[in-house]
Amino acid sequence: MATTLVPGALTAPVPDDEFRLERHGVWKRFRKHRLALVGAVVIILIALVAIFAKFLAPADPNYIDQVNWQGTPLAPGVAHHVLGTDENGRDLLSRLMFGAQISLTVAFSAVLMELTIGTIVGAIAGYYGGWTDYALMRLTDVFLSIPLLPLLLVLTAIVAASSNKAALGFGVIVVIIGGTSWPAVARLVRASFLSLREKEFCEAARALGNRDGRIIFRHLLPNAVAPLIVQGTLEIANVIILESTLSFLGFGIQPPTASWGNMLANAESNMAIAPWVAIFPGLCILVTVLAINYLGDGLRDALDPNMK
Amino acid sequence: MNGRPDILEVRDLYKYFPISAGVFSRHIGDVKAVDGIDFSIRQGETLGLVGESGSGKTTAGRVVLRLLPATKGQVIFDGHDVHTLGPGDLRRLRREMQIIFQDPYASLNPRMSIGAIIGEPLRIHGLARGKDVDARVQDLLRRVGLQPYHANRYPHEFSGGQRQRIGIARALAVDPKFIVADEPVSALDVSIQAQVINLMQDLQAQFGLTYLFIAHDLSVVRHISTRVAVMYVGKIVEIADRDDLYDNPLHPYTQALLSAIPIPDRAVEIRRKRIILTGDIPSPVNPPSGCRFHTRCPVAFDRCKVEVPPLQTYAPGHVAACHWVEEHGGNAPDLTAVPAAVA
Repeated sequence: MATTLVPGALTAPVPDDEFRLERHGVWKRFRKHRLALVGAVVIILIALVAIFAKFLAPADPNYIDQVNWQGTPLAPGVAHHVLGTDENGRDLLSRLMFGAQISLTVAFSAVLMELTIGTIVGAIAGYYGGWTDYALMRLTDVFLSIPLLPLLLVLTAIVAASSNKAALGFGVIVVIIGGTSWPAVARLVRASFLSLREKEFCEAARALGNRDGRIIFRHLLPNAVAPLIVQGTLEIANVIILESTLSFLGFGIQPPTASWGNMLANAESNMAIAPWVAIFPGLCILVTVLAINYLGDGLRDALDPNMK
Repeated sequence: MNGRPDILEVRDLYKYFPISAGVFSRHIGDVKAVDGIDFSIRQGETLGLVGESGSGKTTAGRVVLRLLPATKGQVIFDGHDVHTLGPGDLRRLRREMQIIFQDPYASLNPRMSIGAIIGEPLRIHGLARGKDVDARVQDLLRRVGLQPYHANRYPHEFSGGQRQRIGIARALAVDPKFIVADEPVSALDVSIQAQVINLMQDLQAQFGLTYLFIAHDLSVVRHISTRVAVMYVGKIVEIADRDDLYDNPLHPYTQALLSAIPIPDRAVEIRRKRIILTGDIPSPVNPPSGCRFHTRCPVAFDRCKVEVPPLQTYAPGHVAACHWVEEHGGNAPDLTAVPAAVA
């Protein structure tokens, strides 16, 4: 049935039965990226450990081993504590497992929020340009100029005054981090969109009768996703560290609840005599961040059909 | 051919791009890309629109489709004024009028497979669903001389000519009546140009398409057009049936343009007299007064500097905007007799 209208068409004919519409090119390309696969596996493992910490942890993370603890952290291996204990005699491995719940949830939800807000603001500003762009970018500048720590101080004071709690809740921390750190993403997306909207394929999409929303999210955003993924993976690391800063200053996740950040922060006083209390949470953060970076690299390449 | 109804009518169309400068974005002038043009296209014909770079022909094509808003004027397509339609009606009208782009490398989304690119217009206009989309995509690919399995590939895997075929298939997907072809072959090799032109002609015959064919290659335009319009700095200077225009050009600019076509016969080519225009095409920001061509016209006289020549009919279907022609009873000036103009 193949009707070749032009003599000497550019392609050799291929029987129709070899034709099958493929829709999974992304996974095919991702699979070839070894490091990204390793990264994905590591992230999944860490996530599983965090989810099932209740069943996997050798001890209650907040239980103080009053039998063996003498006022200084116990070394790894001492008295069945595989990774030792912290300065309060609590099992370090158990705290790491439960801490992963907090740290990963905070990091992923804050970054997700940041990417969502930043992408929407940046995409609308970049696509429509003109006054819309101007207004949204000035709003972005306002958010960019808010210093995070004083804001948190003020908010903590407000929360403390309006309820009886002395510290911010988990959700509030996510909202504050996500709600103030999106300007970088917005600028990134806007910059991409400013150049993409001038491309002919964008004009083609309009000529075909696409709605603006579809052009923005189906045609332009996929072309702007590479820098977004890089930014997102870097931000995961940033948020984990930021949460630790907040905890250190007393505004983050409050003791006795464990997070990798506050474990790291609290280890500081015993650095000289018990370095493992800092090293293990540090390692956890390092491994997570590395894994996410590789995962992000692989994802970026897999989403780009120009890569083999 | 003359009995067919008009499918598109452009009335007094303007497109100015404002230029602003300074801290307060003061409006300091306009790029007058399209400065009052009128033409119509009959059902099933191909109107060639030619002109130098910067003459506004591409902008005219974009404004006709309302990919750019018009500054003033009307575009009547099939009884609808394209520039006053609401967003919903405009989207529905997009099914009827399509565009083929100049640069086949920039006009296809690099992140979408060919199947997605061609299938999208079917989905957004509800012309096909599910399996039917795939079948239609395969059919379209065959019609433009590609193979069904190409649907799984991405734009970067194709050559320029193949990409242009994909662009044509995408435009055809919505079953349009009218297609603006914006220099569809100028980015292609000469051998590939012929294939794409032939394809466009075949498709025109099959689907009864009407083309507005924008180009600067006069040989290509002669091959494909039914009628030809010549643009110069935002204005149309001459419109005529193809053979009439090529054999009997009235406007001095058209003559100069046509004299630039090389003749593939050495004996004729070396004796060919070329009309050389002095200077560059004027800036559309500050177009010359009167007739825009007077700064370069070998036969310009005083009236040309002050009075804008209107388009006047000199033969059935042959209109031109030139004071010289008007004052000489519709005869064209013999530019080859003007020593300064010949090389």
